[in-house]
Amino acid sequence: MRKTFLALLIAGVLVAAWASAALAGSLEEQTLRLAAELRCPVCQNLSVADSPSEMATQMRGLIHEKLKNGESPEQIRSYFVSRYGEWVLLAPTRQGFNWLAWLLPFVAILGGGGIIVVTIRRSIRRGQKSNADASRPLDPRYTSRLDAELKEEER
Amino acid sequence: MATWKKLSLLLSIIPILLLLAYGFKTNPREVPSPLVGRQAPPFAMTMFDGSSNSLEALRGKPVVLNFWASWCFPACYEEAPYLEAAWQAYRDRGLIVIGVDIQDRDADAKAFIERFKLSFPNAPDPQGKITIDYGVYGVPETFFIKRDGTIHYKHVGALDAKVLKAKIDEML
Repeated sequence: MRKTFLALLIAGVLVAAWASAALAGSLEEQTLRLAAELRCPVCQNLSVADSPSEMATQMRGLIHEKLKNGESPEQIRSYFVSRYGEWVLLAPTRQGFNWLAWLLPFVAILGGGGIIVVTIRRSIRRGQKSNADASRPLDPRYTSRLDAELKEEER
Repeated sequence: MATWKKLSLLLSIIPILLLLAYGFKTNPREVPSPLVGRQAPPFAMTMFDGSSNSLEALRGKPVVLNFWASWCFPACYEEAPYLEAAWQAYRDRGLIVIGVDIQDRDADAKAFIERFKLSFPNAPDPQGKITIDYGVYGVPETFFIKRDGTIHYKHVGALDAKVLKAKIDEML
């Protein structure tokens, strides 16, 4: 009984894994993946996959048809770029001047991090210096005056 | 040290200001078409009157290809009379004007054609294939195609008589 249950469980997991793999490579999935890379021309910062507009629906239909006709994702991407320009790609291609858009955020993060580290170190150093100043012996003139005033107060 | 700090702050602000100035100067809706100067994508269409037409059949003639929709108000309504006037004025010299109605209902499109008494051929683009093939991202958009089949000029927005005349004269 236990063996049958185990066999059924394994078979179930295998079927689920196969179905998931089949769906991941399905035409619909590929269409959506490609559509997610393209900018919807009539929307404000929405991808062709996310937009409910008629234009985006037609573009998804065209991607689906092209995939069905055996065109590769790269060919389809090039087709849209040849019609709309690089503007249609939500992520700029990694070449030439476009590298600036890819690298600048990392440079900014590193630069900002560096400034924060330097500022923190400086403030720690300043704090240590002021603590060191506090532990130095006081001027004897002030000590004697303080003692005298305290005694006066106690009286 | 303080002067150096002030100077570096100023120097880091300048490129940001320049970038902003450039961004404010450009129109985000105006995207240059990569199709200008290249061969116009071929198309074949069934017109509203049931006849067929294709760019291949029109080779050797200058073509004004206008993308419009009945819901595109006021721009498409403003330019429609000018397109009809251009068609009437230049058809004898070989000019072809074609309207492509996009993302529309047939009844509304036919009412639009009737309203402006458009006599040049018009066709729907139900699947949007011609629209996407020409990289259209809004209506109205108009392509001026030369006799050799290359795209001479793309106009975004409503056309007026002056632009139409200038661009048609350049093609004839």
